[in-house]
Amino acid sequence: MGDHHHGPAKGLSRWLFTTNHKDIGTMYLWFSFAMFLLGGTFAMIIRAELFQPGMQLVEPAFFNQMTTLHGLVMVFGAIMPSFVGLANWLIPMMIGAPDMALPRLNNWSFWILPPAFLLLASTLFMEGGAPAAGWTFYAPLSTTYAGPSVTIFIFCIHILGVSSIMGSINIIATVMNMRAPGMSYMKMPLFVWTWLITAFLLVAVMPVLAGAVTMMLMDVHFGTSFFSAAGGGDPVLFQHIFWFFGHPEVYIIILPAFGVVSQIIPAFSRKPLFGYDSMVYATAAIAFLSFIVWAHHMYTVGMPVAGELFFMYATMLIAVPTGVKVFNWITTMWRGALTFETPMLFCIGFLVLFTIGGFTGLMLSIAPADFQYHDSYFVVAHFHYVMVAGAVFSMTAAVYFWLPKWCGKMYNETMGKTHFWISFIAFNVTFFPQHFVGLAGMPRRIPDYSLQFADFNMMSSIGAFVYGASQLLFLYNVIATIVAGKPVSDDKVWDGAEGLEWTVATPAPYHTFEVPPKIDPAHAHF
Amino acid sequence: MTAQTSTAHENYYVPEKSKMAVMATIGLVLSVFGAANVMNDMTFGEPGVSSNSKFIMYTGLAVFGATLFAWFRQAIRENLAGMNSAQLKKSYVLGMGWFIFSEVMFFAAFFGALFYVRNLVGPWLAGEGDGGRMNHLLWEGFQFSWPMMQTPQEAVGGAGSQLIANNGTFTSAHKSMAFAEASAWYLWLPLWNTLILLSSSVTVHIAHMGLLDNNRRKFNLWLGLTVFLGVVFVCLQALEYYEAYAHFGLTLNSGIYGSTFFMLTGFHGFHVLMGTFMLAVQLYRSVRGGHFTANDHFGFEGSSWYWHFVDVVWVFLFLFIYIL
Repeated sequence: MGDHHHGPAKGLSRWLFTTNHKDIGTMYLWFSFAMFLLGGTFAMIIRAELFQPGMQLVEPAFFNQMTTLHGLVMVFGAIMPSFVGLANWLIPMMIGAPDMALPRLNNWSFWILPPAFLLLASTLFMEGGAPAAGWTFYAPLSTTYAGPSVTIFIFCIHILGVSSIMGSINIIATVMNMRAPGMSYMKMPLFVWTWLITAFLLVAVMPVLAGAVTMMLMDVHFGTSFFSAAGGGDPVLFQHIFWFFGHPEVYIIILPAFGVVSQIIPAFSRKPLFGYDSMVYATAAIAFLSFIVWAHHMYTVGMPVAGELFFMYATMLIAVPTGVKVFNWITTMWRGALTFETPMLFCIGFLVLFTIGGFTGLMLSIAPADFQYHDSYFVVAHFHYVMVAGAVFSMTAAVYFWLPKWCGKMYNETMGKTHFWISFIAFNVTFFPQHFVGLAGMPRRIPDYSLQFADFNMMSSIGAFVYGASQLLFLYNVIATIVAGKPVSDDKVWDGAEGLEWTVATPAPYHTFEVPPKIDPAHAHF
Repeated sequence: MTAQTSTAHENYYVPEKSKMAVMATIGLVLSVFGAANVMNDMTFGEPGVSSNSKFIMYTGLAVFGATLFAWFRQAIRENLAGMNSAQLKKSYVLGMGWFIFSEVMFFAAFFGALFYVRNLVGPWLAGEGDGGRMNHLLWEGFQFSWPMMQTPQEAVGGAGSQLIANNGTFTSAHKSMAFAEASAWYLWLPLWNTLILLSSSVTVHIAHMGLLDNNRRKFNLWLGLTVFLGVVFVCLQALEYYEAYAHFGLTLNSGIYGSTFFMLTGFHGFHVLMGTFMLAVQLYRSVRGGHFTANDHFGFEGSSWYWHFVDVVWVFLFLFIYIL
């Protein structure tokens, strides 16, 4: 109530009670970075243990808790909320809306996340330790052999699901209802498009994950037999339900990253995005295919051959729309007036490394070959190429790209480029050797390994420590920018930047587009 | 390219600040933390040791319920005060629609489990096809039929003589919910429940038409009838559960038949309860507050959508749980 033309409230209540999409976006971004550091700490413990063969630092049971929590915290705490934070900040500004469609719900979506992760982290101190069945928590490890921490974990997943579903409903309502007059669907920036489709995927599959953990809860505490053959159920049923959620989930993580890259590459190529329409259709095609490929995670579990073949061919099909995207990004750069500021460097890093991750994914999709690769370090290398060099690199690019617009100050370019080159090299030192040890037979999720893997593992660990440390440089650069960066006066910040968010003042005022902007009907797309 | 214009465009109401989110968070987190500990006490706790888990859970639920009450009351008051533009109302419509879609997907997970078990797992456990090669080692003598009246564990002589680890004792029901087991057609509760729920979808639609005709009496009457039918449905469902536990030997422990039966009908019953409560609130608003007009009644319309959704889920339940 009252007029809302003034700035933010003072003190803690601004953050606790806010309904402002920029405040909420900021909270999501900081929270996700905190989780990135927490999950990274778990990764450092894993790599320290694997530095040399033999049992060095931690107990095997604790090692299992580390791999489990590392995965859960990175997927649900770091990557997903970071893109939701980006969506909060950018979608209203990109489509010319005053705020998100449902502002109070928006705040609730955020605030249930920190306590949920606090609960999850607290399981480390419970009797029997944290969940240790891997981030995929397959039954019966997570049911028959579950300890009390699994119950807490199940309810945490429920809360994360509620947060994601509410956040996604908000994004869908915002995009469908709040676009400025003239901002038709096929004019929306690609970041908005990818998030619209991502939000649809989230609303579709988070309830399925809720169903899976509910069945676990009932099996553990109330004597049902969903995942127990003795009662007529099947542990493999858990895998089917989990991956029906889990495969769309990996596109939930990567589609917003595609959106970010599709905004940044044109800006530093000083050319419009090549093949805008095909980008939209390719995103939709990937989303559709994501629902019919889940069992490629389960080739070795003993499926009928017809199933293996169906899931193999369906999975290979995904390479087509993904290829469309990669070629469109390359073609956007072709004969562009390229410059290589930090966001562009991270996007090119994304392009090269994500494509490698895509190709190893194609290798894994071949059912007969997967019998060799399954549950090996090859898989670990594959998904870190798409999760870290894909999602995290593009997220980092996004922060460098939009930070001047958010806080009105420019980051230190030299430090940014240093951050990129250390990250890029350290990332490859960490994960490229894992392809080799994986193909040679080193299994994932084991705290010890055979002697012939020693050299590559030591390389991996050194790379991981350097990569982890370089993120502190990133943190320092962001804080230094906010506190004492060189002020930016230009609304556009980057001379090649396009889109409504660059038409508002820098730094972006607390409220933008309270009156919708006028959109030039001749403008092709943003 | 763009310019800020001040042409007549309705202002979208962005609430300034709200304590609702934080209060709802406190309520939700206490509820689930308490509930998790109640369950852990039950399964892993030492008997006789007292804990405050239940207190935490009930406190959380109370805070959560009170916050939702305040939140919805505020949203209703804002609408009555004319603060909601047509655009904002559309946001609520979209929100409700996509929420119902998420509910559809939640039920899909359980239906998926049911179909997978009935069509694939059951035959495999009984030794059919490639998936059944372990039958003679693990579950020799197990015959699969649906409803599954004997669990694989019982087929091999109980939990004690079972070769692999398990998470419980899975007894068998001696009577299922199928039509064939009813002593007379009119004593088969699911049939009555189907008639009740299908009729209630009609009555809520008639109520809606009454509202569109500005006929307040018709609206209240038919909406009241809908709420009544919802209550009757829940009572009959409770009676059915009582019968199952007391006389059929059909419980949550009755293998996958009991598991899918109680989880699907249980979640559905819970949704009927929620839908009944939502419609009852709308009835109260109409009778006591005179809320809703022919062109502004989304509180009612959203609840009725929810009601139709619950009804459609029941049709599938009736088909796949009780008949087929």
